Amino acid sequence: MSKIRFATVWLDGCSGCHMSFLDMDLILLDLAPKIDLVYSPLVDFKTFPDQVDVTLVEGAVSSTEDEEKIRHIRRHTKTLIALGDCAVTSNVPGMRNTFKPETIMQHVYGDAPPVQVIPPLLPKSVPVHHIVPVDVFIPGCPPSADTIVKTLLAVLEGKPNPVPPRFG
Amino acid sequence: MNPATTAKVITLTIDDRSVGAREDQTILQIARENSIHIPTLCFLEGLTPAGACRLCLVEIVGTSRVLPACTTYATEGMVIRTTSPALEAHRRTVIELLFAEGNHICAVCVSNGNCELQDLATELGVSHINLPYLNPTRPVDASHPRFTLDHNRCVLCARCVRVCDEVEGAHTWDIMGRGVDARIIADLNQPWGEAASCTSCGKCVQVCPTGALVEKGKAVAEMRKRHALPKLITRQQEHGS
Amino acid sequence: MTPEALQQVAKAEKDAIARQPQRIGVCTAAGCLSCKSGEVLKNLQTALERRPDIPYRAAGVGCMGLCAHGPLVSVEPDGLLYQDVKPNDVPALVESLATKPLAEKRCDTTAPFFIRQTKVVLDKFDVIQPERLESYLAAGGYTALMDCVTRRTPAEILDEVKRSGLRGRGGGGYPTGLKWETVAKANGARKYVICNADEGDPGAFMDRSVLECAPHRVLEGMAIAGLAIGATAGYIYVRAEYPLAIARLKLAIRQAEKFGLIGDHICGSAFSFKVEIRLGAGAFVCGEETALIASIEGRRGQPRPRPPYPAERGLWGFPTLINNVETFANISAIITRSADWFASMGTATSKGTKVFALAGRIQNTGLIEVPMGISLREIIYDMGGGAPGGHSVKAVQTGGPSGGCIPADQFDLSVDYESLKKLGSIMGSGGMIVMDETSSMVDVARFFMEFCKSESCGKCVPCRVGTTQLHHLLEQVRERRASRADLARIESLCDMVRTTSLCGLGQTAPNPLLSTLKFFRHEYEELLVDNHAEAPR
Repeated sequence: MSKIRFATVWLDGCSGCHMSFLDMDLILLDLAPKIDLVYSPLVDFKTFPDQVDVTLVEGAVSSTEDEEKIRHIRRHTKTLIALGDCAVTSNVPGMRNTFKPETIMQHVYGDAPPVQVIPPLLPKSVPVHHIVPVDVFIPGCPPSADTIVKTLLAVLEGKPNPVPPRFG
Repeated sequence: MNPATTAKVITLTIDDRSVGAREDQTILQIARENSIHIPTLCFLEGLTPAGACRLCLVEIVGTSRVLPACTTYATEGMVIRTTSPALEAHRRTVIELLFAEGNHICAVCVSNGNCELQDLATELGVSHINLPYLNPTRPVDASHPRFTLDHNRCVLCARCVRVCDEVEGAHTWDIMGRGVDARIIADLNQPWGEAASCTSCGKCVQVCPTGALVEKGKAVAEMRKRHALPKLITRQQEHGS
Repeated sequence: MTPEALQQVAKAEKDAIARQPQRIGVCTAAGCLSCKSGEVLKNLQTALERRPDIPYRAAGVGCMGLCAHGPLVSVEPDGLLYQDVKPNDVPALVESLATKPLAEKRCDTTAPFFIRQTKVVLDKFDVIQPERLESYLAAGGYTALMDCVTRRTPAEILDEVKRSGLRGRGGGGYPTGLKWETVAKANGARKYVICNADEGDPGAFMDRSVLECAPHRVLEGMAIAGLAIGATAGYIYVRAEYPLAIARLKLAIRQAEKFGLIGDHICGSAFSFKVEIRLGAGAFVCGEETALIASIEGRRGQPRPRPPYPAERGLWGFPTLINNVETFANISAIITRSADWFASMGTATSKGTKVFALAGRIQNTGLIEVPMGISLREIIYDMGGGAPGGHSVKAVQTGGPSGGCIPADQFDLSVDYESLKKLGSIMGSGGMIVMDETSSMVDVARFFMEFCKSESCGKCVPCRVGTTQLHHLLEQVRERRASRADLARIESLCDMVRTTSLCGLGQTAPNPLLSTLKFFRHEYEELLVDNHAEAPR
């Protein structure tokens, strides 16, 4: 069996879900022969490859940059997994949604918010599935390593997710 | 219901099981006596049922409408289904509607891990919200010396309203406004800390299913509640009288 | 007063009319008053006082139906009806009384709008002076109540109402006689009668008109109901937005009490029946019976699950009969003219007549009363005159926010409870809002959803949040930001809200949306975009 082309990405999140993913410890060794990590903030690839079997997305979609990224990723991914509450519900990044983006920029940067380098904020920070279709959801803040492994193994084997969802 | 009453004994069928009951019992009471689980949110034993959350809706053979188990009384020969694909879908939508309505950020909530809304999402398999989030702007009332009311986490189950009225007898809480603008108010829409009728008994906090009513000084996931309080108090009252 | 004394009053009034048959009636219902019929009446009275050679006398009467052309003025015994009478038309009108009719103001009373009507509820509105009990007595009023009090047993009254086949005119169409009988049989130390006058559908003004023009007809119906079911007190729950109706009701209650037709020992009998008014504070949901009862009891106006129905446990926990204004207004005619006469009108399952308020894009805006079973085509084209300005009628909304849109190609439909329901609408309380080809059906659905969303009491989740979500999604459709997946989301949410909501408001809130989707789906589809894939917006 050929290896699964596997990627992880990180939008507006705290990296906690990636930490939880690494928490798999020794199980990573079991997973390693089955997957080929083709893109991840944990490794040094600079561009998202053309054909990816499974992508784990951490974080909400908060800026135009996030939106472009996730649309690109969706186009090149067979199975897209929203990992963690930010990707699934917009969670903490979404707490800014009762304010206007301009108000937030002004609050943080004062009267002269930067016009370059900082990607423009979307009107609201939204879950991934509000922008592109998502195939599997793993809520949790962060989801436990055990949850991630079990879900991932089920996805690799084409089985339904055996772990009941749990926000928070 | 008082077991001493002379209510007629009836038999009915719940999920293909034949069960015995009294005719002054609701479908929910009978189901619970027989360990048949029906999800609920606004219901709390010891308080008058409201039939507001619509999670406990059940199908009754021969009736076209689905009916809330918490307020519907059983009748002789009734055939009840507590679950079906349609009921499951409706229940999941109720949970989705609630999550989309308020600002429920479980990760930073003092009730994280001890929240009925969170538990129901897990129980009913709600893994994501397939509706737009409304992101309302709602205030937090921290004017009470011991407790906080966070409207962002309120699901309008009105348990607090009922426990304050029916058990404590103070009727500090009520609801104001209509539709999604409806919200819990203390007295005549005063800050809780200034509500003269409040006895600071904290029953409302103990019965609140989410992190809307909480004790001060609790950090994330530290708030644990005693939902059995009204049941214990009303039973004691019944035995005492 | 005894029945004999009351008959004397009626006779004196009739004699006065016989002595002075030359009468001018000016409509003093809210519609005509809003275009200065009050001033027309005043000017007429002053002008006539100055012309003793002209024997006519002017008085304010009730609604004559054609609100589009108000103020309306009738001239008897000539049988003339004038329309669009402005205060400064009065001199010419007075002059015409001595010479020949004023041709340019004549209203054609042989038009279908008038001759196709059958008046039971609106009967004699053109002669009854709303603020005078004597005038109602002269028109045959209160004979039914006197008859019931002196000669009929409650069982006989129940039987008459049951045999008439009358069904609730508030929207649901529940058989009135059956409801009365249930309350009559229910156990309770006390019983109550409630008249639901919380008419809140946009574009509906039937009940307002009845209360403004013949408040005594409603009181009479309530008293008869009280006698039949064994109640001694009644409440009229009327919305505060109807100040004129409230004022006339209050006056009518005082008059009826003075004449011994309401209060202790009605007509000298053992039967006592008090009536009080309760004002609604502008909440549509208080038209729902359990919310209405909560509101009368002084609690927040929100519904509770039924059963138990108010007929078993209603006001203050006692068996309570709730009917709407129009239902009660039918009772006196059923008693005086018999159940068989009433049942001879209408269809097999929908007996009698129904009052409709024609509004929207229609020539003859106004109030009509027609036999059940008439076709929508007759109402909208023949009587209503179709859409104004050369436009074509596209659809009609019946039943307000709880009803549905019926497209013009279905207008051969018979107007009765079952046929309307079959098409996804309801009879409702009688509002008919006509739309022409310039109306967007998505807009119509959005308007009604916005209404339901802001009128939801907020108690149950599906209605509170579901209507808000549906409204939001409809806005997205309208702004061309919704996808096919959103439309599917709308449809499944409609099903959920309809099935699981606590009361009628939520259960029927999706109806306008579903019916416009059923008949005008292309209007939705034309607005869809597919660039958002499956994502909720």
